Order: sequence, then structure tokens, then C-alpha cells
Amino acid sequence: MAETSIAELAGTLTRKEGWGEVLLDVKDLQVYFPIRRGLIFERTLGHVHAVDGISFNVKRGETLGLVGESGCGKTTTGRAVLQLQKPTGGHVFYEGKDLVTLDPNELRRYRRDLQIIFQDPFASLDPRMTVGAIIAEPLEIHHLLTPKEREEKVRELLRIVGLNPYFVNRYPHEFSGGQRQRIGVARALILDPEFIVCDEPISALDVSIQAQLINLLEELQDQLGLTYLFIAHDLAVVRHISTRVAVMYVGKIVELADRADLYDLPLHPYTKALLSAVPVPDPTVEKRRSRIIMQGDVPNPANPPSGCRFHTRCPFAKPECSEAEPPLEEVQPSHYVACFFWKEIAERVAPPLSVN
Amino acid sequence: MPEPLLEVKNLRTEFPTREGVVHAVNGISYTVMPGEAVGIVGESGCGKSISALSVLNLVPVPGRIVGGEVLFEGQDLLKYSDDEIRKVRGNDISMIFQDPMTSLNPVLSILRQMTEPLVIHKGMDMAAAERRSVEMMEMVEIPFARTRIREYPHNFSGGMRQRVMIAMMLACEPKLVICDEPTTALDVTIQAQILDLLNRLRQDLGMAVIMITHDLGIVAGLCDRINVMYAGYIVEKAGTEELFANPRHPYTLGLLRSIPRVDQSIRQKLVPIEGFPPDLTRVGDSCPFQPRCVYAVERSEEENPPLTLVGEEHWVACWVNVYEGKEQSDG
Ligand SMILES: Nc1ncnc2c1ncn2[C@@H]1O[C@H](COP(=O)(O)OP(=O)(O)OP(=O)(O)O)[C@@H](O)[C@H]1O
Ligand SMILES: Nc1ncnc2c1ncn2[C@@H]1O[C@H](COP(=O)(O)OP(=O)(O)OP(=O)(O)O)[C@@H](O)[C@H]1O
Ligand code: SF4
Ligand SMILES: [Mg+2]
Ligand SMILES: [Mg+2]
Repeated sequence: MAETSIAELAGTLTRKEGWGEVLLDVKDLQVYFPIRRGLIFERTLGHVHAVDGISFNVKRGETLGLVGESGCGKTTTGRAVLQLQKPTGGHVFYEGKDLVTLDPNELRRYRRDLQIIFQDPFASLDPRMTVGAIIAEPLEIHHLLTPKEREEKVRELLRIVGLNPYFVNRYPHEFSGGQRQRIGVARALILDPEFIVCDEPISALDVSIQAQLINLLEELQDQLGLTYLFIAHDLAVVRHISTRVAVMYVGKIVELADRADLYDLPLHPYTKALLSAVPVPDPTVEKRRSRIIMQGDVPNPANPPSGCRFHTRCPFAKPECSEAEPPLEEVQPSHYVACFFWKEIAERVAPPLSVN
Repeated sequence: MPEPLLEVKNLRTEFPTREGVVHAVNGISYTVMPGEAVGIVGESGCGKSISALSVLNLVPVPGRIVGGEVLFEGQDLLKYSDDEIRKVRGNDISMIFQDPMTSLNPVLSILRQMTEPLVIHKGMDMAAAERRSVEMMEMVEIPFARTRIREYPHNFSGGMRQRVMIAMMLACEPKLVICDEPTTALDVTIQAQILDLLNRLRQDLGMAVIMITHDLGIVAGLCDRINVMYAGYIVEKAGTEELFANPRHPYTLGLLRSIPRVDQSIRQKLVPIEGFPPDLTRVGDSCPFQPRCVYAVERSEEENPPLTLVGEEHWVACWVNVYEGKEQSDG
């Protein structure tokens, strides 16, 4: 992968210290999008509750995985954390400072520390810019370094992400998806950030090259002490890369735990159903597994179900589930669940990945 | 020994383009027995879809089938006239695509779209066709099928549309269903619904299935046999259990090693397949996987290995026995 040892390039990127301290503390984050209709007089008909009051923290040097089905609010969460999307409510404390309350000027200082890698390596790179210009753009925006120094730095970063520095003057269309995603990683790294939101960074890549990028991200984290919020819908990849994992459902976090606890002993019925739905590339396991097949579709976040949002599909729902909303509670050390009946369900149902 | 339902023999399909001829399908052969589920796996661009479209003589322009036979119940579909093949499609053989909207007409009600082929192909009267259509919608668990069948495709969610597609295809009782990434655009819980449905229908109705996907998990759960494709070739084929227990092609092995699994202990590091997917305008004499292969030998560069029988119904196109070859190169 990265052929030059990243440590050798200490002049370019620094190693972050303070492993395990809380870097980012998100409190009651809300993002509502207005639904507008009407040609001349726009009326707001309601709101999409894309993110509806979620709290979590991310510790230095860890990867917090964020999973959930399409439209549950993962990308919106990532964007709101970075203030690329203005939250409707709540707080995002970064090193103790609430980013939500900062004015644009103050925010600029923090932008350098907080970066994002996008899902689509085809749409996220400007086709008219050379690779060198794309990677150097953040330096330009922040008025850092001379043109000569920028070029040198771009070459170093290309090396770090495993691309030939010789490519600086080429255009994105001359690269494969996996190579483009590396360009995106180089761009995110150039300001020497602390924290990177990786929004489905491998979903658009071929299976055969996903592992290359996962290894690169892991290696960068090991050597630079980076902190990731890793958004993906591939539960096996999230398990591989994450320290802890949060599961979202229709704008809410329904479960959050260390990855081993979450995958081995999930407590929320949705997490159980999600894990039981993942196909395993092993016919002997597939034959012996019992699946929870959930009926129905994911609800519309413009009109989320009352009470527990999962009650319309939950195989264990009782009448009270549609009346009150279960809070996200720490039910075991570092294991948070939002379900009224997690305990009796755990006693009755075997974990989804166990085979009989 | 029963007769195969479908026998694809040495099928070749190309696309002449400005950059050169794209060799999309390079002489693939496989059979599907009645009621059997056969998987076709491989990464993007390896020729899965084009090989399936070739079976139905539906290759998009400027593509052309340049060789081979497609025997369906012994008859070569590639020799059929347009009229004859149209009778086979949607009748004996149906196809389900990744995006159901490509085969649903947005301006016609589901009822109209479902009953039309029944009236035309099966000669049913309207009332019978409607009864049958509602039955099929109920079979795929569309709630309120009797009323919802009068609605239009955009009124359904992605997962429901895919089920509507399956209902439409079932109405004609095909002997073979070709599914091209039918769940790739869907959420994992909805995917589980669709795969469960396909599995039940296959068991209850005895249809044969060709399942095209890049997800090894899907074929592991659904298929009896698997063809692994790379660069327009089938590089390995075997029974599902044999293939997973005993993968022999370096590409198959590489795929299995490079993906994390939810049910296994967490590995320290994934083993990626290095390099990049092949350029199909450039096919030479060498093994197509050679540039990325860690097991490659001198011969791999000179000669493309043919599919060879290495175990019971287990075929591999590779010059190296990866299990022994590895030891040799270590020493
Ligand atoms: N700019 C916007 N205006 C209106 N609605 C939006 C906007 N952005 C997102 N939404 C809605 O908010 C909800 C959450 O979207 P988001 O993109 O965060 O989901 P996601 O979990 O990232 O999904 P995916 O897995 O498909 O990427 C969705 O219902 C989406 O339609
Ligand atoms: N209309 C076309 N013109 C030129 N080349 C084409 C055309 N359609 C397909 N091809 C080429 O044929 C090859 C096989 O394509 P095919 O669609 O069968 O791949 P696939 O295995 O189904 O991939 P995916 O997983 O992305 O669907 C590809 O390399 C593709 O670029
Ligand atoms: S609170 Fe009720 S509906 Fe929600 S997950 Fe728990 S049992 Fe199911
Ligand atoms: Mg998203
Ligand atoms: Mg395809």
C-alpha cells in the first residue's frame, strides 16, 4: 500500500496524541429538512426528520462505525458534525468547543482539523481539475504554503496513498474508481486533519479493490493517530474497521456498543434483524442459519412512526411501543440500547449470527 | 441423467468501439438443469450481464454475438427469428434486472402490464388474467393486492417494485429466471425478503434460476452451482459447497480472502487483490488474471489456461495448483 512509510514523512503529517480521550461529543443533534410545495408561494408542508436528536461521542484514535439502511440519516449526521449542514438543534463539541455556535470565521480554523471522504469517487472530483490541483485545493483555500511547497506536498501525499507522484498532472477520468478514491483520501489528508468522516468510501468500488482502501485507511490511522466516523451499509466492513458501532434507524440511534458486543450480542431487535439479513459467503453457515425476515419497508422520515420508530416492523412490538419512545440507555457497560423490551427479548432469542 | 434445460456453449460477445474491440464474453460454457440455481459471480465489467443478455439475444448495440450456441431444451436460441425469440422471452425464460423501473412501464398500471402478456401469450380472457395477476401479487406478499394492482409503478417502494417484477414474471410460469443483481439497489433487510421469496418460489414451483451478482454471500445462500467470471472468461466453476470449501482459482481465493465476514473472528488485516481490473480491449495470449496474480508462473504469461477438471464437477482455468504451487514458490 503506502510505499513510503508514513512515519518517514513526519514533516508533512503529524502523529496525533491523546488516544482514547473524547475528541468529538455530539449532543441531541437534529437536522430537519423542510418539505416545500407551490410554484409562486412556497409553503412548508412539513419536515423530513433526517436526524432526530442523536447523541454520541468519538474518541481520539478510534473508528466509530455508523450503519443503517438507506435514508436513515447517516450522511446527514456526518455533514452536520462537520457543519457542512447546519443542524436544526443540538451541539457538536469538538475539543470542548461547540462548533454549532461558531461564526464562519472561527469555524474556518476548525475546518482544517475536520475532513470528509465522499462515497462517489466519480462525482466528488472536479473533472476539469488536475489531480494535483484537486489535492492542493484545501491548501489554497486556507492560503497555506507557496506554490512550490504545495506541489512538493502533493507529491508526498500521492506516495502516501499509494499512487505514483508522476500522476499529478493527470485528470480524474484517467483513473479507476479505486485510484480516484485514493485521490480523495490524499485531499482529505493534506491539511493534516485530526478527524475524518468517511462516508461510504468503498461502496462504489469493486469487491476486489475494497480491501486495498480499507487497509490504507487502517494504516493511516495506525501511523497518524487519526479518528474516523466511518459510515457504511456493509456490516461486515464496518465490523472489520470499527472500534465501536452505532446503528441508526429513521433518524435515531437505536443501539451503540463496542463492535464485539454489538455483533456477538446485539440487543436491539433492529440490529438483530439487520445482522441476520447479511448474507454470509459460506454455504454451510447459510444453510444452518435461521433468518429473521422483517416484513414491510423502511418508514418515511417525513412521517416517522409514533413511539418506537421500529414498532411497525418489529417482531416483538407490544401496544406500548407505539405510544412512548424508548430512550437510548446504557444497559450494560458501554452498551446503549433504545428498546423497552431488550431484556426479555435477549432471554428468548438466540443471537442472529449463531448457528444451530 | 435428465436433459439440461439450458446449455451455453462457447459463447462469445464483442463490442466494437472507438478504443478497440471490447471482448466482453470470451467463450463461456455452462449448463443449467431444470429447477437448478446457478450463480454467476465476478466484479464489475467482467461480462456477467452481457453473457446473460446474450442468452436471450438481447445484446445492446453495438454489441454482437460472434460465436457459440445457446441451447434451451435442445434448441439453439441464437438461430431463432426475432418473433420466435420474443415468444421465449417472458414466457419460458424471464429476466429480472437490478433496477425494476427498466422493465416496468411508468405510465401503465401494474394490472395492465401484468395481464397483457397473459392475454397475448397464454390466450387468457381479461377476467382470468386479472385473477391470476392478483394471485401472483399475493404470492409475493403485496398487501391489498386486489386494489394496489391498479396503481402505477411509482406508487411502490424499491423493494415492492422488485416484488411486483417477480410477480409479473411468475404469472407466465417460466422454466428459467435470469436475475441480474436483483437486490443490489436494495437495503439488506429488503434484500433478505427478496432472496427468501426467490428461494421459496424456486422450491415450490421448480423454476431454474441464474443468479448474477458480485456478492459471494448471496450465491452461497441460494445457488447449487457457481461460475466465477473474470475478464469475460469463466475461470472457475463448481458446486457451491465445493467452491467455498476448496477454491482453486487464485482470483476466487483472492476474493474470499479480501472480504471481511460478519460471522468470523476479526482478522488483523485483509488480504487485498493488488492491481486493477482488466482492460477488455486488450486480450492477449496470457492468462487474463496474470497481471494481478500472486501465483503466476512463466507459462501464465505465454498461454491462457483452459478450464480443466480438477475434482468432481470442479473446473479451474489456472496453470498452478494453488495449494501445492504456494509451497513450491516458498521454497
Ligand atoms: N438536502 C435535503 N433536502 C431534503 N431532504 C433531505 C436532504 N438531504 C437528505 N434528505 C433526506 O433526509 C433523510 C436522510 O438522508 P441521508 O442522506 O442522511 O441518509 P443516509 O443514511 O446517508 O442514506 P444512504 O445510505 O442512502 O446514503 C432522507 O430521507 C433524505 O431523503
Ligand atoms: N454498449 C457497450 N459498449 C461497449 N462496451 C460495453 C457495452 N456494454 C458493455 N460493455 C463492456 O462489456 C463488458 C462486460 O459488461 P457487463 O455489463 O456484462 O459487466 P458486468 O459483469 O455485468 O458488470 P456489473 O457488475 O458492473 O454489472 C464491460 O467491460 C463493459 O465495459
Ligand atoms: S421498543 Fe418495542 S417496537 Fe421498539 S424495538 Fe423494542 S420491542 Fe420493538
Ligand atoms: Mg448516505
Ligand atoms: Mg451487470
